[in-house]
Amino acid sequence: MGGKTLFDKVWDDHVVIPESEQTPAVFYIDLHIIHEVTTPQAFNMLRENKLPVRRPDLILATMDHSTPTVPINDLSVLDDPAISAPEPAKQIRQMIVNCEEFGIELHGFGDHHRGIVHVIGPEIGATQPGKTIVCGDSHSSTHGAFGALGFGIGTTEVGHVLATQCLLQRKAKSMAVNISGKLQPGVSAKDIILALIGKIGVDGGTGHVIEYRGETIRDLNMDERMTICNMSIEAGARAGMIAPDETTFAYMKGRDKAPQGKDWDTAVERWKGLKTDGDARFDKEVSLDISDLEPQVTFGTNPGMVVSISKPIPNINDLSFNKAIDYMQVKADQPMLGTKVDIVFIGSCTNSRMTDLQSVAKMLDGKKVASNVRMMIVPGSEALKVQAEAEGLHKIFTAAGAEWREAGCSMCLGMNSDKLGKGQLCVSTSNRNFEGRQGPGGRTVLASPETATASAIAGVIADPRDYI
Amino acid sequence: MEKLTQLTSKTTVLPIDDVDTDQIIPARFLTTTTRDGIGKALFADWRFDAQGNEIKDFPLNAPDISDCKFLVAGRNFGCGSSREHAPWSLFDFGIRAVISSEIADIFRNNSLKNGLVPVIVDNDTHQWLLANPGAEVTVDVEARELRLPTGKSVTFPIDNFARHCILEGIDQTGYLMQNIDNIGQFENNRMWQP
Repeated sequence: MGGKTLFDKVWDDHVVIPESEQTPAVFYIDLHIIHEVTTPQAFNMLRENKLPVRRPDLILATMDHSTPTVPINDLSVLDDPAISAPEPAKQIRQMIVNCEEFGIELHGFGDHHRGIVHVIGPEIGATQPGKTIVCGDSHSSTHGAFGALGFGIGTTEVGHVLATQCLLQRKAKSMAVNISGKLQPGVSAKDIILALIGKIGVDGGTGHVIEYRGETIRDLNMDERMTICNMSIEAGARAGMIAPDETTFAYMKGRDKAPQGKDWDTAVERWKGLKTDGDARFDKEVSLDISDLEPQVTFGTNPGMVVSISKPIPNINDLSFNKAIDYMQVKADQPMLGTKVDIVFIGSCTNSRMTDLQSVAKMLDGKKVASNVRMMIVPGSEALKVQAEAEGLHKIFTAAGAEWREAGCSMCLGMNSDKLGKGQLCVSTSNRNFEGRQGPGGRTVLASPETATASAIAGVIADPRDYI
Repeated sequence: MEKLTQLTSKTTVLPIDDVDTDQIIPARFLTTTTRDGIGKALFADWRFDAQGNEIKDFPLNAPDISDCKFLVAGRNFGCGSSREHAPWSLFDFGIRAVISSEIADIFRNNSLKNGLVPVIVDNDTHQWLLANPGAEVTVDVEARELRLPTGKSVTFPIDNFARHCILEGIDQTGYLMQNIDNIGQFENNRMWQP
């Protein structure tokens, strides 16, 4: 019997009833994060079956997806058609009703910890090593940065967790991604994960839980680790994990929901065991050396259609590729560099955290956003907004001509009022460049906060290494 | 959930790889708090132009589409977001099985919970299906088999438990509720508490 992977350890610790040929495992969930979009039908299921919520204390509830990113001091603001369409406003109100009815604490408008589901979990200290964490959102893989097992679920499964705190699960396969080398200036964690998806494809991780390993990962801070784990799903993986270490513990210490006092020491001892044993085997292994990695930009309509910023778009010439470049109005064999930009979006569960905002501010300081560009900067949570303002970052943003907005998913997914218009091109720090993702007919180029900021200043897609 | 043992129907073919759930149902339609009429939003931006008119050559706008209960799609169908609205909209539109050489994990899971059968086939069978839109095929959940009009039949993988639920038309919540005492014991006996 070989050793165990990090994933094996977290899996084994949560099996209520083991899987058999006939039945999946009954698998326990330690933290359930819920938001307004993927829960209403699950709450309806509870009502129809007269079921209570089993563990309201293990739920973290907020509103982020369909919420406007303007100040909401009073719910009546939602009735202004310039701020919200009626359906999302109804969904937001329904979330408040559902949480009240089922006894769930809601981090709603005015709460310091309202924000993007995958930003507030770590921020509040609820995301912890060794936990199982689910949310009706595929970017739940973000929480794996702490050595938790985080994965996205559908609304039926949201209902399962609300009612039983468990899911029916078959164990996924394991995949090691070994990353080596030191990042060059102007190149960031976002470029690592985009390059990886480019290498293994948008289905390279299907059926697997990834563990990111190696010296490069050890050198990354928690915000950077979250950026990488966040986009595991864009490679098709069920989850992405990183073994916790001193960087993890230093980030967590003192946060509201983190263990305190003696409990902290006990927890850290347990967490230190959460790493892959030396003799453990993975079902699949991939290596990536990032020593010479350049900033990455996408050219097509999925995150695997990506190139190094100094290189031309490849020429693949099949139906899916041609459909993608037609939609994006770009040409094979041409570089993305120099393409005219309409919008720059800094935000989303991938890149809206403190170090992202700091890095943008550093580049924008004393500069102006090009006159043809609308630059939106949307912090991941209310708490981040306060922290950034305490550091004076908002002054740099607004002096440069960028918009500094309220926390939320914003323009990542085009379901609130922040949307791309038809044909508009957005350099975005979010995670998906699918057709129409940011608004019908909108064109998305995924990039790091550094590349996005350089492009905002230049007015065209630009290389951040020329702006640092 | 609707029972399904086996079904014979024509296929409609969408020969694009990596079709993501944002295409299956764009996010602006996720603002609903129910599932009613969600089939109308299926592939909204591929089926309709900006004025809301049907785009004639899109496969799902074919005049005989109501006879097509099976969607044959390119590789890695259903990637992206976890929105269960994707299988809901396919089912509400009338689709009962999605056939591809590869189907993304979360979409596949969500489909099984709604009686939409994800059928994964080998590359040769996939290529044949892509090249023969409108072929009349049989999806046999009981036998785990896809039968082609050529006489060829191939087996497809389907989890035993999910298959049982689809054959019986039962949803999975009941099984979890039957095990609620075990769940309580697990909570009480843990080495640490979340």
